[in-house]
Formats: sequence, C-alpha cells, structure tokens
Amino acid sequence: MPPADAAISLDHVVKNYAGGMAVKGVSFAVAKGSVTALLGGNGAGKTTTIAMIMGLVTPTSGKVHVLGEHIPRHRHRVLHRMNFESPYVDMPMRLTVRQNLTVFGKLYGVPDVKQRIADLGAQFNLNDFLDRPTGKLSAGQKTRVSLAKALLNHPEILLLDEPTASLDPDTADWVRGELERYRTERGATILLASHNMGEVERLCDRVIMMKRGEIVDDGSPETLLARYDRETLEEVFLDIARDRRQAQDVTS
Amino acid sequence: MSMPQQTPVSPPFIAFSPSRISAMVLRYWYLLRSSWPRLLELIYWPAVQMLMWGFLQLYISENAGFFAKAGGTFIGAVLLWDILFRGQLGFSISFLEEMWARNMGNLMMSPLRPAEFLGALMVMSIIRLAIGMVPVTLLAMGFFNFNLYGLGFALAVFFLNLILTSWAVGILVSGIVLRNGMGAESMAWTIMFLLLPLTCVYYPVAILPVWLQWVAWLLPPTYVFEGMRALLIEHTFRADLMLWAFGLNVLYFIAAIIAFLALLRSARTVGSLMQVGE
Repeated sequence: MPPADAAISLDHVVKNYAGGMAVKGVSFAVAKGSVTALLGGNGAGKTTTIAMIMGLVTPTSGKVHVLGEHIPRHRHRVLHRMNFESPYVDMPMRLTVRQNLTVFGKLYGVPDVKQRIADLGAQFNLNDFLDRPTGKLSAGQKTRVSLAKALLNHPEILLLDEPTASLDPDTADWVRGELERYRTERGATILLASHNMGEVERLCDRVIMMKRGEIVDDGSPETLLARYDRETLEEVFLDIARDRRQAQDVTS
Repeated sequence: MSMPQQTPVSPPFIAFSPSRISAMVLRYWYLLRSSWPRLLELIYWPAVQMLMWGFLQLYISENAGFFAKAGGTFIGAVLLWDILFRGQLGFSISFLEEMWARNMGNLMMSPLRPAEFLGALMVMSIIRLAIGMVPVTLLAMGFFNFNLYGLGFALAVFFLNLILTSWAVGILVSGIVLRNGMGAESMAWTIMFLLLPLTCVYYPVAILPVWLQWVAWLLPPTYVFEGMRALLIEHTFRADLMLWAFGLNVLYFIAAIIAFLALLRSARTVGSLMQVGE
C-alpha cells in the first residue's frame, strides 16, 4: 500500500523499452501539498517517470499510485483530479483559445466552463487573444494558455514538464509566480521536471535527482547544497551529471 | 512557503460521460466549421462519383435491355458504397486530426475514456456523412430521377449495416495507428478499397470465382449490395440477407473494439503514445 499522506508514490518502478531500460527500479513518494522537482540530464528517465504517473506509459514492473489509486489500472478514477502542462504537448492549433479551453473544460467536467474561462482569462491575461487560433500565438502566449488549461479543473496534482522552457525571463518569472500562487491558494501537489535550477530553488521543497533511469540523490534544495558543498543547485546538478564530486554526509 | 488556504475541490468521478462525448464532438465541429475547404471536400468526391456512374448507367441503359430494367442499380450502389467508404473515412479522419494536431497526449491524460473517444468518432462519422451525402442524394434526384429515400425502411437497414462495418474498420485502423504511429496512416485511406471488389458493389456475387464467393459472403456489405440489387431489380426486400449482415457486423464490431483496446494497451506498453508523430 502507498503511504497514507502520499499524493504520488512509486514502488520499485521499472520501464524497459526495446532500446534498453529507461527507468531502473525507482521508488519515491510525494507528500500532498508539496512541490517536488525531478531533475536530470537528457535520458535520465524524468519524462518516462511522469508519463507513468499520468498512465500514458505502463511500467514493466513495480507499482505507481496516485491519490491512492493504482495507475494505470484505475487511472480513470483520478485523472479528473490531475492535470498536466508541457510546452512539448500541443493543443489543437486551428481551434481558438476559447474553443480549446471549452473542450478541455468539458472533458474535465468543470461545472461552469464559461465562468472558469472568464476567470482564467483574467488571471492569465488571455482576454486579448481568447478568440484567436491557438496556432497563431507566440510561445509565451501558448504557455499561458497551456497553464490555463492545466488549471481548468483545479487539479489536486499538477504535473509539469519543463513549464518555462523557451520562455523569456520575464514570462518565465511570471509563470513561476502563478504556480506559487496556485500551490499556496489551493494546497495542490506539484511535480515538475525542469532544467532550470533557479526555478527549482525558487519553487520546490524537494529535489529528486535522476541519472540514467535511477535516483541518485533526493532531498530539499538546502540539504543538497550542503551535501555537495555547493552554492547553487546548478553546481550540484553538474557534479552529479559529470560524476565530479561525491555527496558528503551532511550530519558529519 | 506559506501554508495552503484551501483544499482543491475536483469534479466527481464519472465512469461514462455523454458530456465528454459531446465535448469531443464539439471539438471536431469547431474544426470543421473553421475551414470551408474541409466542408467542401465532404461533398466534392461523392458528387463526382455519383455523376460519373449516373451518366454511365444512363448510357448503358439506353443500349442494353437488362440495364434498362435495372434502373438505378449503379447510382444506388455508388451511394451505398459512399455510405460505407465515407463512414469509415469520417471516423478515421476525426481520429487522425488528433494525431496531426499532436493532441493525443492531452486526450489520453484527460478523463476521456476509450469508449467515449470511440463514441465521439462514431457521432462525427455520421455528421460528416450527412454533410457529404445529403446534397449528393438530392443531386441524384435532380440529375437521374433516382430517389434513395424512396427505398424507405430498406434504406434504414442498409445504412445501419454499412455504418456498422465502416465503424468496425475505423476502430481497427485507429488502434493500428495508435500502436504504430503515423507510418500506418495510409491504411486509413486505402483499407476500404480492398472491400470494393470483394463486396461486389457493382456486380452480383455469382460473377466471382467460387472460392472468392466464400470470402465475399464473410463480408457484411456483400449482403447489403445483393439486397439492394434484389430490391431494385426484383422489387424484393431480402430480410434474410440483412439479418446475416447484421449478425456478422455485431461480431466484427466486437472484435474491432477488443483489438482497439489491445492495441491501446500495447501502445502504453511500448510508449508510442508519447511519440505521436511518425
């Protein structure tokens, strides 16, 4: 059974593809209301791990639970309580922003979709382009729309795959602010994969470092900085990615 | 970080939701509405086909005694064939729109269930068929004095059987594309043409070699086209043929759904839902 206070739990999860093992026996639990980062270089297994949590990929072995439900067997019991945002997953380009949000609002069973879109339009400054085709928006505008889509159903669990990739610093900062606000206001659990260490330091209570499909370290940003005797998470990331320095026992 | 102010409240879990089906239908309707070439395309090919076969039948009937009696069999065949072909195409194109838009990830991570997704595709296949076929049947009345709706109850039975076959094929093809990616897209456009000679759209089953007749009788549309000829030439409604067609359709429809679910499960196993492109 997963821990009672865990929003997400993975127990010895393995994922094999024809080309090799993408995730090698990963176990962790994410506490309700926390913000956790999955960090690692390309091919570390972050995206596959998130895809298994969403039920998009079935683990080869091991167990994934979300809000107490077994994924992928009972994913439909919890998918309406989750949502996802990634700059790498498009929304239909020919539909206007309003049409896209209406369709997804109805898919997620949002009670008053019109009102919810009006609220999100105001919150994310979408009103100027709500009736424009989604494909004609700038990268920053698309990210705001994706984020609005991800928050349509007030998700208890929000999974984010590089939420600020390809954004200018101003828009990226604004997105982080909105995520902080949502977490604070709604008590949501956020799991994000990111390559932006500044973002992780600002948003996350906990960092899980992955490398070649395995968890190589796990702790709060402060703990990791102390453990590797570094000033920034970026240096810690490089230490791990390049096998430069071993972690020290912070208690010693 | 400050403490949360309130607990998120999510909508309740609903096992099967007509409103999610209507959300998907709305999505495809928005898409159709946004592009007049898409709408025109629905009518263009059925109209061209019907006119060509109609004029051919007119020419033959003026020069051959049998065809003079067999009024409307070619036009009837072409219109019924279009129900079968466009029904499958309408189903498959709506599905492919998700692949082209790279939206499958969003859908598969949403509460939309496979049965609801398939339900929406079936509704869209009927909507697309109606947009394409109704004007063409009116053209057939105007040009060739052929009233498809004059077939009455028989038309309803023909339609039911043909649309069930088209959905079964559409469901199977969608599963194959989900599992194998866009490399399998061409199946959606071509698979139905395999049925064109085998289901004897324009000629009786008796014309085929005996061994091929066995294959033809395994295909539900064969019964429909034979039934149509019986109705137009002998003025007899063959209920027995329609029952056979329906029985086979039920079998194939169930088999297609089982295959789709197995292919979807396999797609989750091999990770192809994460790579919805080629």
